[in-house]
Amino acid sequence: MPGYVVSRLLQAPVVLFVLVTITFFMVRLAPGGPFASERRLDPVIEKALHEKFHLDKPLPEQYGYFLADLLKGDLGPSFKHRNQSVNQIIAATLPQSIVLGGIAITVALSIGLAAGVVSALKHNTSWDYTAMTAAVVGISLPTFVIGPLLQLQFAVYWTWLPLAGYEGMGRPSYLVLPAVTLGLPFAARIARLMRAGMLDVLQQDFVRTARARGMPEYIVVFRHAFRGGILPVVSYLGPAFTQILTGSLVVEKIFQIPGLGREFVEAALNRDYTLVMGTVIVYGVFVVGFNLAADIAYGILDPRVQYEGA
Amino acid sequence: MRLESTAIMTIQCFLRCLSVCVLVSCSTSFRTLAADWKSALMPATDAWKDTPQIFTFNNGAEPESIDPALITGVPESRIVNELFEGLVTLDPKTLEPRPGVADRWEISDDGLVYRFHIRDAARWSNGSPVTAMDFYRSWKRVLTPSTGAAYVYQLYAVKGAAAYSRGEISSFDEVGISVPDRATLRVELAAPCTYFLDLVAFHTLMPVPVDAINAHGDQWVHPTHFVGNGPYVLKSWEPRQKIELVPNDDYWDRSTCKLERVVVLPYDDVDTSYKLFLQGKIHWLPAIPIARIHEVQRNPDYYAMPYLGTYFYRLNVNRPPFDDVRVRKAFSMALNRESITRHVLKGGQQPASWFCPPVAGYEPVKGLQYDPEGARRLLRDAGVDVESGNTLRVELLYNTSEAHKKVAEAVAAQWKKNLNVTVALRNSEWKVLLGDMSNLNYQIVRSSWVGDYGDPNTFFDMWITGGGNNRTGWSNARYDALLAQAAAERDKARRNLLFQEMERILVEEELPIIPLYIYVNQGLLDEAVCGWFENVRDYHPLKYIWLEE
Repeated sequence: MPGYVVSRLLQAPVVLFVLVTITFFMVRLAPGGPFASERRLDPVIEKALHEKFHLDKPLPEQYGYFLADLLKGDLGPSFKHRNQSVNQIIAATLPQSIVLGGIAITVALSIGLAAGVVSALKHNTSWDYTAMTAAVVGISLPTFVIGPLLQLQFAVYWTWLPLAGYEGMGRPSYLVLPAVTLGLPFAARIARLMRAGMLDVLQQDFVRTARARGMPEYIVVFRHAFRGGILPVVSYLGPAFTQILTGSLVVEKIFQIPGLGREFVEAALNRDYTLVMGTVIVYGVFVVGFNLAADIAYGILDPRVQYEGA
Repeated sequence: MRLESTAIMTIQCFLRCLSVCVLVSCSTSFRTLAADWKSALMPATDAWKDTPQIFTFNNGAEPESIDPALITGVPESRIVNELFEGLVTLDPKTLEPRPGVADRWEISDDGLVYRFHIRDAARWSNGSPVTAMDFYRSWKRVLTPSTGAAYVYQLYAVKGAAAYSRGEISSFDEVGISVPDRATLRVELAAPCTYFLDLVAFHTLMPVPVDAINAHGDQWVHPTHFVGNGPYVLKSWEPRQKIELVPNDDYWDRSTCKLERVVVLPYDDVDTSYKLFLQGKIHWLPAIPIARIHEVQRNPDYYAMPYLGTYFYRLNVNRPPFDDVRVRKAFSMALNRESITRHVLKGGQQPASWFCPPVAGYEPVKGLQYDPEGARRLLRDAGVDVESGNTLRVELLYNTSEAHKKVAEAVAAQWKKNLNVTVALRNSEWKVLLGDMSNLNYQIVRSSWVGDYGDPNTFFDMWITGGGNNRTGWSNARYDALLAQAAAERDKARRNLLFQEMERILVEEELPIIPLYIYVNQGLLDEAVCGWFENVRDYHPLKYIWLEE
């Protein structure tokens, strides 16, 4: 396995390089530029701005500037937020997304795994039907519906929690509603995957053998069945972690959380080339990292998995 | 309710002024006048002192910058107007020029030379005096292209400014900005400009701390390095979270600032901010959730006021069918604008078949009235078979937004009904639309224009032949000539007549555009907020605002 991990780690920069290169050219080929506006810029000013951001140079040369800065760890200045660098913007927004995402993942895993296990064990009972109905609702309801509903109930009618805003890590009450909103759809998917996985494993011979040998049910469920049943969830968690941790446009907007998710979308709409590159790189690192982590976890949980080069 | 309290306050203030005038024999007429306009903006009693002066408003967006030379948007200007002060400021009630950093100024008889006298007490927030040199350096910075000042043209009225910015002259000495002594700024204009004081009040012409900018580069706006000369200073700036302002103790008019802390929120979700307003967490919300407009309008805190902005459609006059003026006229005459403002927009917008909102005494012309029969006749004359209707298909382009879509659908339905024309709606994201607009790659495109200063010129000079904001391909020699004539005209009445003549060409004779309505500013203002006045510029200086429960 260490050999496998090393080879995957060596692949990662290549994947990121390809991603960055494609993004670099695609965003610049998109119609409309960063300095297009309702009031057309004086040609002199437009020229000066293009020079400042190297946009007057041919694309390959711009790409060279970009790579050189990237190697120094400098993602450049934002085109839109004129007094902030992309590094500053990411540093200011990514922590909130990670904290919020971390709580959301905890919510999603605890609700999802519990519901999945219960409905598998109580297969075809009212427990199962209730949990799975809730899961279908959870998957179908978009966050822009769940969010305002939760706001209305918990912040407007009951006023238990703040409606929106962010007051730093020291005031976690502001994160409860957004984290639940962000986590619920994932909880629903996890519940369904967990249920399917558990049902599959519970019918296998080694489970029957364990039961036949008189093993207590909780050991059968948690030591043997759970380990196999969670595998579909694990492969789903790689991309899911990325999605949750890099922020969600909708949740951040409804609850006004200063996270990276919005920067990601707004940068593209604003043609803020440097910020697009910055957010794509962060996103790429997360995707590559979590997929690798999921694959490794898979091997630890499932002894049948063999890694090439292991 | 707010209006009533404002009225009472005004009366009280008036009485107080009277008594002051009776007690103190006025030494100079200027000082009396100065005291008059200002005391009308101050609280009548000390009752406000019982209310904590912490004011929270939603600015609607994260400011892109707070550098006066760089900013272009409304959320940015709301903050910059507090952090910096120009030579001249505007009266929040009447929008007339009032003394700012300059306590007085003289204008030469030919209207070409302005001498601004900077008050002794003017200070930066680090305690150093604001001098004429600060303005000289700040304006030079704006005119230096590498600064990237989008609004550089606000200085183009100054002699040599445009030429310097474009590199046609290299020495800044040839630009009409000079400093005879440290308290005097002398400005020479290229031609008389009746609204120059209005421009001087604009944020592009505010002074910036050039030394701090040289020392800290782009980072000078961060609270640790920040230096300003306005009524408030930057206490904290947590990106996308909030900005906090506190009074600038070095400000020359510190005693007027009553708010002790101002919290500026960048919340861009109007539904969420509306809920926060209802919870009493926000004092001022300059936006409303359109979907709930009927509910909002019943709220006593709701306000709607005309804005210096027009919503209109541009027509591409280089492409058929709009290369024919009869077709352009027909499309404008076939629109019942009132039905759109009343049933689609519902916010009190003013239907407009003209282009320039009423500003600074200017009366817009009537434009082409709703006349479906006349419109059909024009279209027939242009060779369109109105009855069969299969001959004309046009495309209307708008930037993706629910609000623009609703208007476009209503317009398309009217054109279908009145002209039997098929209108294909196409939406694209904002930056793509701007590209298409500039390249004249459209037939009809949604547009809007908001005035940069309180003079009709800001609505008319954009249509000059080849102008960067024309974007219709339209050109008219008589219009260009009238524009030049208006620029040289100093008599306000005659000048307004010239503008009316231009507007007639624009919306009655030639129609490169189809105006739809004049914007309104809608929002919610807590009734505890006093000293906040309605005006067409949506300009509400915090130094005159206070809270009184």
